[in-house]
Amino acid sequence: MTKSRLFWPLVVLAILLLINLIYDPSFFVIDIRNGHLTGSLINILNRGAPLILISIGMTLVIATKGIDLGVGSVIAMSGAMAAFIVDGNLGDSERLFPLFLAIALAIGLSAATGLWNGMLISRIGIQPIVATLILMVAGRGVAQLITGGQITTIYYEPYSFIGGGYLFMLPFSIYIVAFVLCVALYVTRRTALGLFIESVGGNPLASRLSGISSKNIVLMVYMFSGLCAGIAGLILSSNVASADGNNAGLWYELDAILAVVIGGTSLMGGRFFLMGTVIGALIIQTLTTTIYSVGINAEVILLVKAVVVLIVCLLQSPEFRKKISGLFSSSRKTPKDEGVNHHESL
Amino acid sequence: MIEKAPILAMDGITKVFPGVKALSNVSFQLFSGEIHALMGENGAGKSTLIKVLTGVYPLDKGTVKLEDVPIVVQSPLHAQELGISTVYQEVNLCPNLSVVENIFIGREIMKNGRIDWKKMNDRAEELLSRLKLDIDVTKELSSYSVAIQQMIAIARSLNVSSKVLILDEPTSSLDVNEVNQLFEVINNLKKAGIAIIFISHFLDQIYEISDRITILRNGEYIGEHKTKDLPRLKLVSLMIGKELEEFDAQSENKDTGSEHGDKKEVFLETEELTKKGSIEPFDLKLHAGEIYGLAGLLGSGRTELARLLFGADKADSGTLKIKGKTTNLNSPKQAILNGVAFCSENRKAEGIIPDISIRENMILAIQGIKGWFNYIPIRKQIEIADKYVSLLNINPPNPEQLMKNLSGGNQQKVLLARWLITNPDLLILDEPTRGIDVGAKAEIQKLMLSLKDNGKSILFVSSELEEVVRCCGKIAVLRDHKKVSEITNDGKIDHQYIMQEIAGGNL
Repeated sequence: MTKSRLFWPLVVLAILLLINLIYDPSFFVIDIRNGHLTGSLINILNRGAPLILISIGMTLVIATKGIDLGVGSVIAMSGAMAAFIVDGNLGDSERLFPLFLAIALAIGLSAATGLWNGMLISRIGIQPIVATLILMVAGRGVAQLITGGQITTIYYEPYSFIGGGYLFMLPFSIYIVAFVLCVALYVTRRTALGLFIESVGGNPLASRLSGISSKNIVLMVYMFSGLCAGIAGLILSSNVASADGNNAGLWYELDAILAVVIGGTSLMGGRFFLMGTVIGALIIQTLTTTIYSVGINAEVILLVKAVVVLIVCLLQSPEFRKKISGLFSSSRKTPKDEGVNHHESL
Repeated sequence: MIEKAPILAMDGITKVFPGVKALSNVSFQLFSGEIHALMGENGAGKSTLIKVLTGVYPLDKGTVKLEDVPIVVQSPLHAQELGISTVYQEVNLCPNLSVVENIFIGREIMKNGRIDWKKMNDRAEELLSRLKLDIDVTKELSSYSVAIQQMIAIARSLNVSSKVLILDEPTSSLDVNEVNQLFEVINNLKKAGIAIIFISHFLDQIYEISDRITILRNGEYIGEHKTKDLPRLKLVSLMIGKELEEFDAQSENKDTGSEHGDKKEVFLETEELTKKGSIEPFDLKLHAGEIYGLAGLLGSGRTELARLLFGADKADSGTLKIKGKTTNLNSPKQAILNGVAFCSENRKAEGIIPDISIRENMILAIQGIKGWFNYIPIRKQIEIADKYVSLLNINPPNPEQLMKNLSGGNQQKVLLARWLITNPDLLILDEPTRGIDVGAKAEIQKLMLSLKDNGKSILFVSSELEEVVRCCGKIAVLRDHKKVSEITNDGKIDHQYIMQEIAGGNL
């Protein structure tokens, strides 16, 4: 099952990479410069880190039949919060305490926003799209309040390590993503949490009657999503050494939802595929890189992006694949897909 | 019958799915103006035969003739155009739309590019009057009972050219009165010359309404009989393909330990347990090693009481004691921790998780009380799943199969397994045998008895009174959210007696 779900996204990713290779034969080359590995592939991973992070959080949210539209705003809030803390310590780059305080407060704030969403949804029963829409709007307001409506530039040196630093030749952000992904994979596949999430997404009533605290599961996934967005916010603001309440993380929630869908998780909840999501996020990031490297005109960029996403979604649809294979082979008989559904239903 | 040609003749029907021969050389004949029951156990091929007939699956071999003309049904829509209408087991209507909208959805009557509401309302009333149903068609569907909804589904599937009507388990969620109402409608349609295929697991209903019976077993055609010439026991043995003694012995094996029951330890006790609007003050004593029946009409408070005992709903007042200790059940989880299990009557909405596997559905409840850090190792999960798949004869016998691909009876067995795995002291079974075949029913009853013998208590809720009488040592009869009487089953009472109690003694 997982194999076939990963197949088409991987094909698309490979095609995108090949297109890049045609336009830029040195695309796959990885150099060592100043003791750092550099190259387009590394860049994609590095630049894609924030999107992969929030997509991981979004996957679990969507698996419970929910959605989190607030993550873009949380990115802005987290960045603003960190900037606010380290701002007062400019010139004091010797001390690391402000760095840890900034990280702790930014992530704490993000987790609190997740808690807020989770409470609204699980305890008060507001629909996820409405509840998180509130934060999507209000979060930017909070972020602007923190930054005083300005773009805050961060001069504090140690902060830039999060999004721009290197560890063992690789960008530090890649380690952050790898860590979060491993934690998410471990917690969902090596503990029963994954099963609970899938069962709550598949049938919340039945899950409750089976003794699962559906409400707590829902609360937990929104908190995790907030947490992921908070970390992404740190990486993004650190990378550009500034916090922008207005534009940081703008539209990221939509890209993340897209990444989840491309990865094969259904918006109807239930089964989820974390690795699929990661590939989905990489496709989106590679696409952006490709568009620039191929030199597509700025005014058609969005259109090209939309077309590629459409193609991926079509390829993911068994119905569509059936139609296409029907065009090539004249036999009316449907392919193996049918094998899934016909156990006797007497 | 001999001189008349069948309106529908299926011959040599074969349908193979990867790895399974679902139908092999099955024939089926249907005459107009008859009600023809299609019988068989879960997985015998009834649904597949219907799906082949209605174009859901293409057939691999065989011929279908409608009024002597060979047909190849392309799709369910095509079947309907040919005059073959189907009403499926679950009511496939939209509860939030009006009756008219439900009847005409997708084929609205248009006038000048707009919907002609007046004509549609009139037409809907006309259709329903054919079923002797006089209701306000502009009201929301959900404002009517399930029985009425079922009839609306029939009205929707019928059109002027309907010759064959297929009813797949139409009565599985109806109570006695509603079934009678539905049967009247079916009989009217029969008089109007429509040929009706009737699928049901209720033997009583089959004998009440059908003219002929075709029996399938393991995808094979077993025989066709006139209903009045086929004794019930014979029918059952044809369906399960076993000799009767075995089956009979089982059904005799009722809970006769009731006299000693009072001496046994009380597992659960309620005093004046009340929930406004659903249960009037209720006293109940459940002993270990006892099967306790709840009888009553739908909505009499049976399910409501069961939910209170499981913590699915909260009581307003009254006390509940488990093993003599006053316990507040605030959630199902607490109930499970106290050794209570509850198999809901609403399998689809409150039981199954469709997108995960049989194995995962099975371990859900035990994993729920273990918590998420204490994950049962996959190897152990497979072991448990394999054990219950073979213990309960679950088909397909592959624990990794997704739940949604199972038939209703097999899903029910998986849900039973989910609760058996938690090793409960009290198992509340709310209509566990609804919509499943006799073989599985007997298995479930056998299981209940063996649990009882192991000192477990069982609270058994069922609409089938014979079943209640057969299994239970004590029976509480509920009417209007109240316990009206408690009967000790001394072996002399029968279901008619309980029926009288339900009806209020003046039947």
